[in-house]
Amino acid sequence: MSGQSTYQPTSAVGKWFESRLPVMGLVHDTMLNFPTPKNLNYWWTFGGILATFLVLQIITGIVLAMQYTPHVDFAFESVEKIMRDVNYGWLLRYAHANGASMFFLAVYIHIFRGLYYGSYKQPRELLWIIGVIIYLVMMATAFMGYLLPWGQMSFWGATVITNFFSAFPIVGDPIVEWLRGGFVVGNPTLNRFFSLHYLTPFILVGLVGLHVWALHVPGNANPTGVEVKSVKDDTVPFHPYYTLKDSFAIVVFMILFLWFVFFAPNFLGEVDNYIKANPLVTPAHIVPEWYFLPFYAILRAVPDKLGGVLLMFASIGVLFILPWLDTSKVKSATFRPLYKQFFFIFVAVSIGLGYLGGKPAEGGYILAARILTAYYFAHFLIIMPILGLIEKPKKLPESIAKAVLDKNGDDPGGGGAPAEAVTAPETKG
Amino acid sequence: MFRSKIAVTALALAALAAINLTPVAAVEAEGPANKKLDWSFEGIFGTYDRGSLQRGYRVYKEVCASCHSMNLLSYRNLSQPGGPEFTLEQVKALAAEFDVQDGPNDEGEMFERAGLPSDRFVSPFPNEEAARASNGGALPPDLSLIVKARKDGPNYLYSLLTGYEENPPAGVELGEGMNYNPYFTGHQIAMAPPLSEEAVEYTDGTKPSVENLSKDVVMFLAWAAEPKLEERKSLGFKVLIYLIILAGLMYAANKKLWSRIKH
Ligand code: HEC
Ligand code: HEM
Repeated sequence: MSGQSTYQPTSAVGKWFESRLPVMGLVHDTMLNFPTPKNLNYWWTFGGILATFLVLQIITGIVLAMQYTPHVDFAFESVEKIMRDVNYGWLLRYAHANGASMFFLAVYIHIFRGLYYGSYKQPRELLWIIGVIIYLVMMATAFMGYLLPWGQMSFWGATVITNFFSAFPIVGDPIVEWLRGGFVVGNPTLNRFFSLHYLTPFILVGLVGLHVWALHVPGNANPTGVEVKSVKDDTVPFHPYYTLKDSFAIVVFMILFLWFVFFAPNFLGEVDNYIKANPLVTPAHIVPEWYFLPFYAILRAVPDKLGGVLLMFASIGVLFILPWLDTSKVKSATFRPLYKQFFFIFVAVSIGLGYLGGKPAEGGYILAARILTAYYFAHFLIIMPILGLIEKPKKLPESIAKAVLDKNGDDPGGGGAPAEAVTAPETKG
Repeated sequence: MFRSKIAVTALALAALAAINLTPVAAVEAEGPANKKLDWSFEGIFGTYDRGSLQRGYRVYKEVCASCHSMNLLSYRNLSQPGGPEFTLEQVKALAAEFDVQDGPNDEGEMFERAGLPSDRFVSPFPNEEAARASNGGALPPDLSLIVKARKDGPNYLYSLLTGYEENPPAGVELGEGMNYNPYFTGHQIAMAPPLSEEAVEYTDGTKPSVENLSKDVVMFLAWAAEPKLEERKSLGFKVLIYLIILAGLMYAANKKLWSRIKH
């Protein structure tokens, strides 16, 4: 997206069009000709998977909205009408509900990929920050969407979560009332959540545009963390190399997604949501969708309501300043023996928090949640800054091309280049 | 590279495990585990048992329908593919057994007429208050979605229907009008045992034992909650086969393409 386009339209119409609106050149430069490191592994395919799911959610959502009625007396029944009487309505609805889950699974893998390979570091700080904003808007979108089927968990989930804002002094209660459009979750809440649930995905589209724009200035990071030195030696054009590789990964991920849709469509959902919302009956356990559970655990780990809410926001807020908390110059965990271990502990802690978020907030669970919450913050605020100072990284390869050659060095057909003094540290790691 | 590959695979598995763990969260640790039956509609190729669905409808109509509504169903659904598949003639006759209020007519009067396939299942009570008044204050829930609204739905319902105990264990004080059933939350349920041997007359030679009656009505309720299950599974099978073959081809093409490049 920067610099002079190399795109040359061949037809007269193409030339006429391009000289007035260079949109084909833009597509050419960003999606076809874009120089991409040749050593990206499959963890780099999740960006494409995420884009696919955004489009999928928007398409299934718009068609669902043609049959859905955002009114407390009809919402639950209209979703059931979609399931029973609309042609392939069951497919749309199950695809949209499970699509949201897969979207989050993909974004978590995408984020942890960034953490492992240090993708947030200079010069990609802004790219990372836009990513965190995308994640926040995704969460808001899914939270509001979950109210729409107007089941018991929809109603009580929204009640509990909006209620947390009442923890703020003075402004708390007015905020809650403003969010709900009344004193309790009711028809005005359903109406505004539907309206916003329709809006925020398009905000996401805009943010994703910025994300990709910010990506195309420095280009992709890569598993070695060594920046591209020579476009000729280190990169391949995005098309056909990564269009094909990404498409393959998308199809594989679709198989997982559609397996849920067709064979276990309610596995990730809560049974209580097949009971229509009833303000007079509280479900035994109110749990959010699985993708919110780690934050729910952090929220409930704090005895003080306001403290819990602040800590929950801080748990995502800390990601914004991560590029400045990490003091190491080396990007990839492959070359950071200590960080690599702490990374996997952090993954385990995050999953542990998710597990605890689904358990009742009592006894040992609370204690465990407190310990893991403390560790979660310590990872970013203490471990990351210190590691960069004390860790002795392994020797980095000179370039991507070198690293690739070394990896293939013992391969008889390996391009003839003798393995150099710079060994590929990954194989020894 | 190998080490880090293991590491990243572990990460993916861990992410998946995180999803797997969550549904366990809401299970209540009380009462015996549900009786487990082999339901014909489970598994990738599962379908409902037509005969069982038809018998199940009769159990619902002749027993449960005197207390429980099924508001999301219409009589026409009984002839749809993937369901009990009564013939259209049979459905017309089944619907006509009910009186339905219609109107207003040209004079502005409401009137009663025989049911039509397009009518919703007739409810036993006009409103929640009437339902409670006839059931000692307890509300018989609508059964349209009940199988999907309970954990392990089919097995739970079967266990509930066959799990009544005449004499509660020592020390358990039953409330007024309550019955002992260890599968129900709190073990005391306001619904008296609804099924007994030969409660419904079967005409196809199936023995109308409590077990069979329960099994059939649960099959019927499972269909009512998920009427598109057969369509879903058969389409899903085709789609997944197609995608798996496509993935195989793309893998090969991708490998071929990249073989030109050292990466
Ligand atoms: C005499 C009225 C009556 C009949 C007949 C009856 N039920 Fe019920 N049923 C009730 C009442 C009342 C409740 C609510 C119980 C409670 O809340 O304690 C109930 C509750 C239930 C529940 C909900 C249990 C739960 O987990 O909450 C199911 C399922 C059920 N009945 C199924 C059936 C089936 C199937 C039949 C027919 C074989 C049937 N009932 C016949 C009155 C009846
Ligand atoms: C970022 C993309 C989106 C996400 C993550 C998302 C998420 C969700 C979730 C979690 C639900 C509840 C599903 C359930 O349990 O039934 C839902 C429902 C719904 N969404 Fe979306 N959604 C997205 C985009 C859209 C768009 C663009 C529309 C268009 C209007 C839309 C329309 C609907 C409708 C009508 C429902 C209610 C029907 C139902 O519950 O199945 N969604 N959404």
